[in-house]
Amino acid sequence: MERGHHDIGGLPGAGPIDKSQHELSDWEILADAVNQALGAKGVKRTDEMRRAREEMDSEAYREMNYYERWIASIEAILIEKGILKRDEIDNKVREFDKKWGEP
Amino acid sequence: MIHPATGRFRPGDAVRVLNEHRPGHIRTPFYVRGKTGWIERVYGDFLNPESLAFGGDGLPRRTLYLVAFKQADVWGAAQAPRDKLFVDIYDHWLEPASYGGQKDEHIR
Amino acid sequence: MSTSGDDHGHDHPRNELSAQAKRIYAIRDLLLEKGVITEKDIQSQIEYQEARSPANGAKLVARAWVEPEFKARLIADPKAACAELGIDATALNEFVVLENTEKVRHMVVCTLCSCYPRPILGRPPDWYKSFNYRQRSVNDPRGVMREFGLVLPDDIEVRVHDSTADIRYLVLPLRPKGTDGLSEAELARLVTRDSMIGVMDALPKLPET
Repeated sequence: MERGHHDIGGLPGAGPIDKSQHELSDWEILADAVNQALGAKGVKRTDEMRRAREEMDSEAYREMNYYERWIASIEAILIEKGILKRDEIDNKVREFDKKWGEP
Repeated sequence: MIHPATGRFRPGDAVRVLNEHRPGHIRTPFYVRGKTGWIERVYGDFLNPESLAFGGDGLPRRTLYLVAFKQADVWGAAQAPRDKLFVDIYDHWLEPASYGGQKDEHIR
Repeated sequence: MSTSGDDHGHDHPRNELSAQAKRIYAIRDLLLEKGVITEKDIQSQIEYQEARSPANGAKLVARAWVEPEFKARLIADPKAACAELGIDATALNEFVVLENTEKVRHMVVCTLCSCYPRPILGRPPDWYKSFNYRQRSVNDPRGVMREFGLVLPDDIEVRVHDSTADIRYLVLPLRPKGTDGLSEAELARLVTRDSMIGVMDALPKLPET
């Protein structure tokens, strides 16, 4: 039986709990707020977001951090619902790169 | 508002989690599939996340239960014998079971 | 609406953001441009989240410790008990309080994602969301508790709750012995966020300041 990459309860190989806490960056606070705002407006449901994270590329799921996964699922659901298009987002990011300078 | 429960099970009933593969958004964890426990609490009827996750209306509502397991029954005898595991599981992922183990410890 | 958040940044330079981080700014700007959400919607969510913290839970626990009737109400109808203390738990679909006793300790996890009683406690700690916690809490809760300094003999029952649905769980830790002389406010300071998740007990005495 296949097991989703999110369905990890009891999987072997887990290490000690890292108790360090990082202070949230602006972009994480924004991701959190955009997610909640979309929910409050009835644009998407939490269940859809969870499903989008389950459908992510498994390697990306393991490598991305928590809010990066949220952003990926926000994007996936907004595109699925036809609210945004991927190339719109790509273009906007390119505008930012021009404005802020390449890293 | 919690909708009243319409499902099959009552507190104390022995239940087994279905050991099936179902596609889509499933909130019954892999580690508990095929395991036998008992109904600890009946929470009521909720919209079905398996439908909501794909933009559906979540109907018909499904009864949600607090299902208890002895840790030893889920993971094996190395577990501390009194320890328990509780998972919130929907009616359509459960079937009746005959519980062969000791039930008395969960009755408070 | 101005784009790219020159008016928002008080963080690291924007050109050092990860690819995903840049995308949320792009998504935000596009959603604002299209009127899907407003700046006010975003801001009110930020404020809502900031208003929520473990202090809410600590208030509930401390009151439950000093007033047995409140404890009974908290366990019977947690949302109503929150309202009594001015804590807005209305966003929770359903909320259950798990009472620790001398013989039973509870621990809460969401193995499938990271569900947490955010409307009361605020955001979960990083460790709660980690893969290691999600993997280990269900089959090695005692090992996890040991890492948080809590060692329990086998005759104390450990109950792990995997919050897989819309029920959110809050652990009501045991009142530490020898705290009869403490005020309710002082008692609340013994109630850590981690004790309300269940990986440790409440602090045995007030932290040195």
